[in-house]
Amino acid sequence: MFKKILVANRGEIALRVIRACKEMGIKSVAVYSEADETCMHVQQADESVCIGPGISSKSYLSIENIMDAARRTKAEAIHPGYGYLAEKEEFARACQDAGLVFIGPRPENLNLAGDKIAGKKKMEAAGVPIIPSSPGGVDSIDEAGEAAAVIGYPVMIKSAGGGGRGIRVCNDAEELAEEFSVARMEAGAAFGNNQVYIEKYIVQPRHIEFQVLADQFGNVIHLGERECSIQRRYQKLIEESPSPRLDDKLRMRMGQAAIDAARAIDYFNAGTVEFLLDGNGDFYFIEVNARIQVEHPVTELTTGIDLVKEQIRLSAGGKLDYTFDDINLRGWAIECRINAEDPERNFMPSPGIVVSYHEPGGFGVRLDTHLYQGYELPIYYDSLVAKLVAFALTRDAAIGIMKRCLDEYNIEPLKTTIPLYSQVMDDQDFRDGNFDTSYIERFLPEDDDDE
Amino acid sequence: MGKIIDVTAAMSGIFYRQASPEEPVYAEVGMEVKKKQVLGLLETMKVFQKIKSPVKGKVVEIVAENETPLKDGDVIFRVEKG
Repeated sequence: MFKKILVANRGEIALRVIRACKEMGIKSVAVYSEADETCMHVQQADESVCIGPGISSKSYLSIENIMDAARRTKAEAIHPGYGYLAEKEEFARACQDAGLVFIGPRPENLNLAGDKIAGKKKMEAAGVPIIPSSPGGVDSIDEAGEAAAVIGYPVMIKSAGGGGRGIRVCNDAEELAEEFSVARMEAGAAFGNNQVYIEKYIVQPRHIEFQVLADQFGNVIHLGERECSIQRRYQKLIEESPSPRLDDKLRMRMGQAAIDAARAIDYFNAGTVEFLLDGNGDFYFIEVNARIQVEHPVTELTTGIDLVKEQIRLSAGGKLDYTFDDINLRGWAIECRINAEDPERNFMPSPGIVVSYHEPGGFGVRLDTHLYQGYELPIYYDSLVAKLVAFALTRDAAIGIMKRCLDEYNIEPLKTTIPLYSQVMDDQDFRDGNFDTSYIERFLPEDDDDE
Repeated sequence: MGKIIDVTAAMSGIFYRQASPEEPVYAEVGMEVKKKQVLGLLETMKVFQKIKSPVKGKVVEIVAENETPLKDGDVIFRVEKG
């Protein structure tokens, strides 16, 4: 097993990985930007190294600075968290070249899974159902327009680098022309890769994803699904496991498709296979997320498996000696992503100092956060400040715990998405499990499209 | 001479004059602009907002420096109403 791991990320996920290292008896190295000196992950790690100024492109996205920090601290492995360099092939290769273990997929997996375009071709060949899209990346407005005309509107502009940031729906050629440059820039800022592609927009689907694990010996398993339909602008807000929509039969079919998808790209380590599920029970492969995901805790709570520890164990040469059938699956877990955004003002970010802070606790509660009283949220980074997760034997009980926790959680004076989630927990359709990816719109004022 | 209007940052964030280093800047001094024309971008916690001209007129000054952090209310552009 590794003696020392460098965590190439910040905030709650860096803290999450550092905690796993501590529990495994592994030393941890935090990296941080000049704007993050007071961030909790820096305080909790055994060592820390400053890797540059606040702007992400010069710190958390700087392969050179991170590799330098790893050399100086003699780390044996690097955990990239999610976002930033997590799905960058160049980074995984740089680790390999420097004799370090990249805790995540093989570089070739990132080339295929991170670059969604090439990945889909492999899936099609493996018999996994896919959505129509541009044959490759589109590098100009003209190319985007041609691809959209072939597919037919409405279409989406999506980042080839991964994640929801930068995704925009366009109903016609005029909207496509207006959104193209901004979508590219958001993709570049979030993932350091500004390539985008065009995809057919499927109306009112559910977003269902499967957690997979793969070892270096050809064993691939799935750990059940996560229901992630509650999203705004393709950013997930509330996730749960299991999905209220899936029965055992559909779960088995989708789980097998997820395993087939992982096998098709000779995948290694933890990953997520995302699907859209329509009203008829037909599902379409969207992408493989070749990283630990933000919403991984809901799977951990229902399976009892610590996914970050499994990532580390598998990267150190560990073997998967269990399958989904062996897991003592129980209960229901729901996660709310607490973002420092104002739902009343079109989700405007709300940076600033946390003057007053009180965390919820008690039975069935897990809180992954880097917040503390007196912490100042920098303007440079994502607005996700906490992941509040409720777990109980039934979905109704989990909702009850979540509702109570949301009422307890106090992060003053920041505007957060807590009041919105409190409304959702009271909503009859949510309680009935009756929703699709457009669900959250009913709680929002008319979009003034000012971003 | 028309009235000079300050275009300010709606919140703290990083100011960008162009969508990417390869692309042209949205606005130059002396440029005639329409009302609601995009003058630049403001990034706050990874969300990009378009900075739009509040009036039809001419850009007379670019006060803020490209790719620098701004505070809520900082003046970014001055536009002469026309």
